[in-house]
Order: sequence, then structure tokens, then C-alpha cells
Amino acid sequence: MNDGLKKEQILGIIEKKNGEKEQILSILMEIQKESGKNYVDKEWARIVADELGIPLTKVYDVLTFYAMFSTEPRGKYVIEVCNSAPCHVVNGSAVVQMFEEELGIKMGETTADGLFTLQYVPCFGACDIGPAVKIGEKVYGNLTKEKVTELLNSYREVSTCQK
Amino acid sequence: MNDAVNINKNITVTIDGIQTIVPEGTTILEAAKKLGIKIPTLCHHSDLKPGATCRVCSVEVKGQRRLKTSCNTPVADGDEITTNSKAVREARKTIIELILADHPQDCLKCVRNGNCELQKLAYEYQIREVPFERTVKDLPIEDSNPSIVRDMNKCIKCGRCVEVCQEVQQVAAINTSFRSGEFKISTAFNESLADSPCVYCGQCITVCPVGAITEKDDTDRVWEALDNPDIHVVVQTAPAVRVAIGEEFDMQAGSIGTGKMVAALKRLGFDKVFDTNFTADLTILEEGNELLQRITEGGVLPMMTSCSPGWINYIEKFYPELLPHVSSCKSPQQMFGAVAKTYYAEKAGISPDKIFVVSIMPCTAKKYECTRPEMRSSGYQDVDVVLTTRELARMIKQAGLDMGALHDEEYDDPLGTSTGAAVIFGATGGVMEAALRTVYEVVTGQKLENVDLKMVRGLKGIKEAEVDLAGTKVKIAIASSLKNAKEILEKIKAGECDYHFIEIMACPGGCLSGGGQPFGTTNAIREKRLEGLYNIDSSLKLRKSHENPAVNKLYEEFLEKPLGHKSHELLHTHYVGRKY
Amino acid sequence: MSKVMPLISANCGKIRPDSVEEYINVGGFEGLKKALKMEPTQIIDEIKNAKLLGRGGAAYPVGSKWQQLYNIEESPKYIVCNADEGEPGTFKDKLLLEKDPLRIIEGMIIAGYVFNSQDGYIYIRGEYEAIQKGFQSAIDNAVENGYLGNNILGTDYCYNLHIMTGAGAYVCGENSALLNSIEGKAGRPRVKPPHLAEVGLFGMPTLVNNVESFANISTIISIGAEKYLSYGTPESGGTKLVCLSGQVVNPGVYEVPFGVTLRDIIYDSELGGGIKDGKNLKFFHLGGQSGPCGSLSQLDTTYCYKALRANGLNVGSGAVVVMDESVCVIDYLKYVTEFFIHESCGKCTPCREGNKQLYAILDKFTKGEATSGDYILLKRISDVMAKASFCGLGQAAATAFNTCLKNFRSEFDAHLRGKCPAGVCFTKQERGE
Ligand SMILES: Cc1cc2nc3c(=O)[nH]c(=O)nc-3n(C[C@H](O)[C@H](O)[C@H](O)COP(=O)(O)O)c2cc1C
Ligand code: SF4
Ligand code: SF4
Ligand code: SF4
Ligand code: SF4
Ligand code: FES
Ligand code: FES
Repeated sequence: MNDGLKKEQILGIIEKKNGEKEQILSILMEIQKESGKNYVDKEWARIVADELGIPLTKVYDVLTFYAMFSTEPRGKYVIEVCNSAPCHVVNGSAVVQMFEEELGIKMGETTADGLFTLQYVPCFGACDIGPAVKIGEKVYGNLTKEKVTELLNSYREVSTCQK
Repeated sequence: MNDAVNINKNITVTIDGIQTIVPEGTTILEAAKKLGIKIPTLCHHSDLKPGATCRVCSVEVKGQRRLKTSCNTPVADGDEITTNSKAVREARKTIIELILADHPQDCLKCVRNGNCELQKLAYEYQIREVPFERTVKDLPIEDSNPSIVRDMNKCIKCGRCVEVCQEVQQVAAINTSFRSGEFKISTAFNESLADSPCVYCGQCITVCPVGAITEKDDTDRVWEALDNPDIHVVVQTAPAVRVAIGEEFDMQAGSIGTGKMVAALKRLGFDKVFDTNFTADLTILEEGNELLQRITEGGVLPMMTSCSPGWINYIEKFYPELLPHVSSCKSPQQMFGAVAKTYYAEKAGISPDKIFVVSIMPCTAKKYECTRPEMRSSGYQDVDVVLTTRELARMIKQAGLDMGALHDEEYDDPLGTSTGAAVIFGATGGVMEAALRTVYEVVTGQKLENVDLKMVRGLKGIKEAEVDLAGTKVKIAIASSLKNAKEILEKIKAGECDYHFIEIMACPGGCLSGGGQPFGTTNAIREKRLEGLYNIDSSLKLRKSHENPAVNKLYEEFLEKPLGHKSHELLHTHYVGRKY
Repeated sequence: MSKVMPLISANCGKIRPDSVEEYINVGGFEGLKKALKMEPTQIIDEIKNAKLLGRGGAAYPVGSKWQQLYNIEESPKYIVCNADEGEPGTFKDKLLLEKDPLRIIEGMIIAGYVFNSQDGYIYIRGEYEAIQKGFQSAIDNAVENGYLGNNILGTDYCYNLHIMTGAGAYVCGENSALLNSIEGKAGRPRVKPPHLAEVGLFGMPTLVNNVESFANISTIISIGAEKYLSYGTPESGGTKLVCLSGQVVNPGVYEVPFGVTLRDIIYDSELGGGIKDGKNLKFFHLGGQSGPCGSLSQLDTTYCYKALRANGLNVGSGAVVVMDESVCVIDYLKYVTEFFIHESCGKCTPCREGNKQLYAILDKFTKGEATSGDYILLKRISDVMAKASFCGLGQAAATAFNTCLKNFRSEFDAHLRGKCPAGVCFTKQERGE
């Protein structure tokens, strides 16, 4: 089995959703979250397909259609930067630069320590506090240079505590 | 449902100023066709559920702000439809140009050149120059398996292949994936077809409107063999090829092209032109006896036929636990290869390593079948190359042969003799009918007077019947398309099946609509090819496999008896579950 | 009269969102109690009379939609709440989902009662993960208090609500795509006909309404259609949640009665409060990225379905994105188009290919590479997208472009000559800086 998730864990996630086909999105979301690397591996997808009784091609369609899924490992924290027009007009691109500088990576890349991935996403409904980013469930808005530094440090700290 | 379509209700519509009355539920496309108006289509296929994705068939309906796609929109009472206004023409042209902007426009180098729905449309709309930015990507071409080549750069995302693979065959090897500009047809995680559940049935090829999915072209290998004077090249032709090859040469679908095809093959330089029908008869003797043996000796029942390699791939991949139900007989093509490189080699005094066996098949799965390691019972690869009907047509065209002008010629001896029972192998139900003709006479010792067993004929996906063999009732079923096969397999698994014998063909309708047949197969064409096959059958004097003198001679001279030691060595095989 | 009218957003921030008790204390579930004593047809009539138009963007009359479903005999029928809220610049459903979930639940129960449904689904976008949890807690509490589950409020009516998650696909806001997504499939729209009222979720008759539409139901039932209608204009009943974002002083969600003007919304001190940093308004984008852009000359248009439409504008989702002079229209449109490129499901030609080509040409404009011939291409592309796309996404994707071209043609022309009036496009050198 690939790093990250064991078969039993995946079966557990599926069982929590009563093995219902309709729950595939939420099952895959959960798997992705539990993976620690924010992705769904082919082998895990295969387990899901077998357990739900659907062809793997249908799981793959779902995984590639929905933007929140990744089939490639990503950072522990995915920093999702809004690039929709409402955030853009309140200086969204400046935020991108701040993150890129602070992390030393470009959009779409993952930091060498595997902690952060920077990614563009469309609007997630925080336009009133734009420019906004989202990390996991948390949304951060009205970003400035100081806030970005502070934010990243707080995630770095959580991560070291967990080690 | 209260809005259920009532086909008895008629509806009045006006199309391009002409009024007509059609039954409720008729699409705009169908209604227009009745009036002699051909609305262009691209994603639409008459046998498949409309996807309505290309939007080329758009028309104007009075009072509607937007254009309506005629392939899926039913006419409504009082509709006033315009199929050829400036707005419609412009929209269509833009759509075609948008598709072409994302297309390699490789016609000169494309296998579909001259036979491509997109090319035809571009021609009809006189597209000279595509004003939009070229966005075509450089996707890798998949050609790592013996049967099928996929060039997704040419794919226009009509979705027909997906519909066929997911719904008609329920193999689900390919599906849609991604979205927007990345939207594509792919296997899961982009694995190769070989690693996927794909069974190489080629049904996706037959519905593709463009050159995105094709058979693996092996014509060069055949030309090479033909050009080599040291090699004795023999060819066998499958039953279903003879009623389809004509379509490649502007003959009517279903017209019988046997004699011309044989003539063409001889002109191409094949040393011997033989017939797979010969081994189809042989198959009946082996398989019929196997069935009787299973019935009398308490073997695994129901027994299922084994002549469709797409079907064999399917059961090996999806239901390996049911493999003991499958007849151990090789397919006629492989029996032919084994016999050609042993019996015929001996008789002709040619060393088998100098014999090159080519098959002309309606099938893409056969290309894979001949490469299976089990298929070397002559000590060599029994069948060297499999060409599809389409590839043979290309060779004939390359050779400059005018099919229409060729005079009929006969198959060569000894592997060219066959009965009517063999030719109907090409249609769903044919193997069953052929088997019953023989089994009846073997079991009852009586002559079967009426050989036309109509209850097993026709394109219906699943057929069932009960046959009385001098008191023994034999329950049979026939399925074509893998979705229907699956239905039967599930019944067997659930123990709800009291059949003795089941015929299964991977392709809907049987080999006559195999993945290697001329493009454009539809249900209407299936019917025609089917008719052709039964016409050949009824025109023949010998219509029962056990009456085939050449086969009987083969047993006398070489094999001894059905299911005998030599048969087992050469004509039977075994199967293995395959993971994907 | 105040320009703000908290009717359905009245509880937001005032109560613990998942507390049934607190919800009841502010008058919650009154609509439901009343509804349970009414005939389904009376409820539908009430909604019709309130002239509630769908708040998801398409403004389809909710009462008619209910009537059509009611006329279909087949059962079971499913109730679906569209909480996919994906239109950039829209975050009003989020407010309700987060701050007053029980109001949405109440509306969905009333709908369930009308259609005698056993199951209702609320499809909440994956990005609102945290909100999903709060909503689940509200459902659980409603079940515990007898408002959901078996024998609701002592009647023999049983009804369960299920939360389904999206996973990042704007097109799943389109009804049929949404149902596909609930069924666990990729959210590409379905071929129509059949219509969803007949063949919807799991092949059964289905009602789909927006969060805000459902949130209005209990209010309409409890205060009555007449009173409700009196808050808006004669054609546009009630109030609307508008979402202000962009370069405006007070971004946020505001509930306004139909009948205020766009100027009110952007400039009123209780609302937008004017343009940030003392700059001037250049244009505004209404109803989400799929909506039209308006210019200064349209500022005094009344905010209601009728007047906006008459002026080539639209309520849409209720988004009002405000742009000042520093924004280049074409640069802005590139972002809009990029959004649609990202979100197109890819299945139909006009949208899949059209958006790409639209972007390519806009990009040429911003790089000074466009020629006047490109106007013809732009028109051909946007026409075919609007007229021949499979679903609403592609049909509306070029709306912003079309309205901007109309309102700001001179700005496009300037780019042809290598000038960007806002000073955004081209390199500094090219701009002579
Ligand atoms: C591409 C697209 C996206 C949509 N997104 C949403 C959405 O996020 N939320 C919503 O309520 N309606 C959305 N709609 C509109 C819905 O299709 C539908 O009209 C609405 O949910 C019906 O509810 P209503 O009548 O209560 O507004 C969208 C439509 C399209 C074409
Ligand atoms: S698929 Fe058709 S249009 Fe495309 S290159 Fe081949 S022949 Fe030409
Ligand atoms: S060859 Fe058959 S199984 Fe393979 S992808 Fe095509 S349709 Fe599917
Ligand atoms: S591969 Fe062929 S059949 Fe399949 S979607 Fe593409 S063009 Fe259509
Ligand atoms: S318009 Fe076409 S490509 Fe775009 S989202 Fe709708 S169906 Fe998909
Ligand atoms: S536009 Fe960025 S969060 Fe909405
Ligand atoms: S043929 Fe009708 S949409 Fe493609």
C-alpha cells in the first residue's frame, strides 16, 4: 500500500458513509484529508470503486472533474488563493506575490518540506474580505504582508508541535 | 408519468416552411429527415442515446431565444423550425471551426481520410481557414496493445465511445474525465488499455466519428510476408467479413462479396485462400461433442461458447470464477491456425515455420487473441497476423483492384470447404443454430428436416429457447453485447439459471458488427448484414457442420475423432482469470 | 424609509444558529406550524401570490415551479436545496447557511410537506466545509425537537434531510448537474428533456430551489403573501440579499427591499457607502460572473427584476461587484473568462472551445496584438456561446463581455491602438511610464 493510508482506514471511511454510492464525494474528500498529503492515490480510489461497486473510470471521472481533488500528492496545507475577479480587483495578485516570496515557491508548487502547496482557486465566498485565501476549512481575508507572515508561521508552529 | 410520450398522438410542425405531421416524441432531426432535409450531425449516433454535446445540429425554433439541437429535441405541436437560416449556418460554421481549432487537421495522414464525419462536415461547410487560435495539445498516442490505437488529439469529445463502453458493453474501460479544455476520454488514471478492463471488442472504434480510435494497422506486416518469396502465405476469412467488405466498395450493406473477396485475396498474392468457415464447422463438431459430454457425464453446465475473444477477455477479467462454464474449444480462427500449421503443412509438404497465416476478421479482439501464449499449439504462433475487414479493404485499394470488376473465385482446398452452418457464425444465434443442427442429429440419430431454427435468430440482445432432442429438453440462451452477457452471468452466479448451453458474442448482433467492420455500423446495417449471412446459408446445399466432407476427412486423416487426443492438443485451450 | 430591510436575514448574528430554542424564541417555525394546517395547494397559492422569484439567479417563479411538480403524480418526489453558491462575488447563501440554518430547514420542511416527500437534500459546496458541520448540527437539533424525522410535530408526516457535499465545481449549481453530483457522479449537466420535475434525482420528480428561495418560504407563510409582496415592487416580491464586494467602502451582505436603486446599494451609507479610497466608480458587475456589467449611466436603475432587465441588467445571484477607475475592463474580463475556462464542464463545443478562444482574443487586446478583425471573431464566439451552449454556464459566460463591449467600446478601441486607459495593460515602457 502506498504511504499514507492503510486499507482499513479507507474501509472505515467508506463504512462511516454506509458504503453508499452517492457518498462518493464525501468519501473521497475524507480520504484526501486523512492522507496527510491532500490527494487520493490510485490504489485508494480502486478500493473505493470496489467497495461502492462502481467502475474505477467513474471514480476517476469524479476525481478529475471536481477541482478540490488531487490525484497527485500535495502539501500538508494547501493554500488556496482566490483568483476570481472580485478578489483580483482588490489587489489579489499582490497576495499571490506575498505568499510566493514568503514560501519561496511559485503558484502550483509545493515547499520542499512538504508543508505547503500554493494553488489558485475560484471564489469561495469570502469576497467581502478579499483578497482571501483558504487553508483547509479556514478562510483568511483582508490580507497584508504582515498577516501572511503571521499566518504561515502559525501553521509552521502547529506542524512542529505535532511532530 | 403524466407527461409520458404518447406515440399514437400526432403533431403538426412546420420545417423550413413545409408542414408535416409526425408522431409525438419525434425529434426535429427525424422530422426533418422525413421531409428530405438533412441536418448535419456530429455527436449523434442513431443507435445511441443523444448526448447533444457537439451542437452542430442546432436549428431555430420560432419563439425560442436560443437555438435548439435537433438530435435530442422532440418537436412540439405547432413548432416552426428553420434549419437553414443565416443564424443557423453561422452558428454551425463557428462550431465546426471551434472544433477544428482544437483538432490536428491531419487528414492526409489519417486513417479516416475520406471516411470521417468531421472532415465531411468541414467540406460541406467549406471551411478553408480556421480563424481561431490553434489549441490542439500533443497528447501521447496509445498503441501499446495488439488491437487498438487511441489518438486522443483527434477526439472531438462526442462521447459515443463512452456510451458504448459504459452502457452497451458495460466494460467501463474508458470514460469522460477532467473538465473544460482538459475534458477528455480516458482510462482510469490514464493507464494503458492493456492494464484496464478493456476487452478489445472495438465497439468504441465502430462508433467513433473521426480517426481518434482505430484498429492497430498490421497491413505492412502482411505486405512484407506477401513480398517474401520464401514464405507461404495463407489467408482465412471469417464469416462476417463477406457480407460487409462490399460496403467499403460502395456496394449495398449486406451484399454478398465472398467471390470477389476471394478473387481479390488471390490477386493480392496470397498463396492459398482458405475459409474460417471450415474451422467453424470443425468447432461445431468439437463443441457439440463437448456439450453432449458435459450433459451426459455431469460436467459443468451451462456450457458457454468460446468463439468470441472479446467475450473470453471479458469473462477472464470480470467473472474468472465462472470460467469452468466456458467451452474449452478454441475459436475458429485459432483452430484454423493450428490446423494450417500442422495438418495443412504436412499435406502440402511445407515446413510450418515457412507458413504465414493471415486472418481477415470483423474483429479487433482477434488481433489480441492470436498473440496469446496459449495459441501456439503448432509449435509456432498459430495465426501470425489478423487484419480487420477495414484493413483488407485498404490493401485492396492500395493494390488498385477494382472490386466491382473482379470475377468471383472459389476458396482453395482443403481448408476452404464449409457448410451453411458455419457462415451463420457471423450472426448472434448462429453458433447456437449450427450446434443444434448437428447435436440434434447426433443425439436423435434422425435427420433434421427443417434446419431453419428461427427462434434463435434476430438481433435481440438476449434470446432463450427450449429444444426437444428426442425427449431430452435442452434449454438454451443467446446473448450478444457484454451488457447482456453480464445479465446472464449474474443469473448463473445467483444460481437462477437452468440453461444447458449459452452462446455469447461480445459485439451487439454478433461478429457482423464487430469492431473491425466497415465504419458506420448501425442497427439498420446490422439487419442487412444479418440477412446476407442467412441468405448464404439458405443458398447452400450442405447446411450442417457434420456434413462437411473436408472436416470429416480431417478427422479421418489426422484428428481421429472429436475430443480426441489430437483435438485436445490443437483445438482446445484453457483460460485464466486476469487482473486489471 | 430605510434602504435595508432585514426580513429573512433578521436572525443572522442574533441567535445561536443551531439552537432550535433560540430560533423559536424569535418566531421560528411559525410558518411551518401554520403550513401544517394548510392544504398543499393553499401553500402553493400563497407562494405564487407572494411573487417569489427564484433567488438562485434564473428568477423563475417559485410558485409555478411548485405547481408544476405538484401536478406530477409520480412519487416519491425529492426536495433539493441548491447551496452550491459558486458565482464569484456571491456569499449571501453562506450567510444564511452559517447564521440561520433553521430557517432554510423550515422552508425545506414546508416544501417536503407540500409534496409529501420523505427525503430532502441540501447540496452544500465543498468549500463551505465548516458550514456543513454547523448545518448538520442544526438538522440534528431539529430532529431532536421533533421538527424533522418521524411524525413531525405530532402529525403523521415523516421527512429526513441529508447534507450532500460538493467538491469544487461551479457548474454543479446548474440544476441537472447538481442532481448528478448528488448521485455521486461528475457534475456535468444532463440532456433535457426530460425535465427535472419529471425525471430528477434518482430518476424521480424533483424540486430544486436556491437557499435564499427556501429561506423566504416560512416568512411568506407566516406573514402572508400580501404583506410579503408589499415589501418589494409589484412584480418583484419581498426583499433580496445583495452581496457587495470589490472597491466599495462597506463590502458585505445586505438585505434590501426590491425598489431601491443601484446607486442606493453602492453609495448609501447603510449599504455600500461609496467607492473606496475616494476614487470614482467605473463599472459594476451584477449577479455574478455570468451577469451583465453596468456603467455609470445605469446607476439610477431600480433594483428589481423588471427594471434591471429593461436596462440590460440582471438581479442574478444578487452579487454587486464594484470597480473603480483603476480597473481595466478588458483585464477584468480576462479574469471573468478565466473563471469560466476553469469551470466549464467541457462537454459541449461552444463553451469548452469558446471560452478558450474568447480569452485568447482578450489577451491579444491586453498585449496590443489585437486587430479590428478580432471584433468579428469575438462576436461570432460570444453569439455561438450564448445561442448554442448546452447549459446556462456557456450561455451566460460571455454576458459580461457583451455588456462591457457595449458600454466600453472606446476602451477596447484604445487597446487596439496600444493604449490602456486604466494603465493596467502593456508593459510600463509601452505605457510610457
Ligand atoms: C452554471 C450555473 C450555476 C448555477 N449556480 C447556482 C448556484 O450556485 N446556486 C443556485 O441556487 N442556483 C444556481 N444556478 C441556478 C440554478 O440552476 C437554478 O436555477 C436554481 O437553483 C433554482 O432555484 P431558484 O429557482 O430557487 O433560484 C446556477 C445555474 C447555472 C446555469
Ligand atoms: S479525424 Fe477526420 S478531420 Fe481529423 S485528421 Fe482524421 S480525417 Fe481529418
Ligand atoms: S475496445 Fe471495447 S472494452 Fe475496450 S475501450 Fe473500446 S468499447 Fe471499451
Ligand atoms: S474517441 Fe471518438 S467516439 Fe470517443 S469521444 Fe472522441 S471522437 Fe467521440
Ligand atoms: S455550457 Fe456546455 S461545456 Fe459549458 S458547462 Fe454547460 S454543458 Fe458544460
Ligand atoms: S472573489 Fe475571492 S473569495 Fe469571492
Ligand atoms: S448532433 Fe446534435 S448536438 Fe451533436
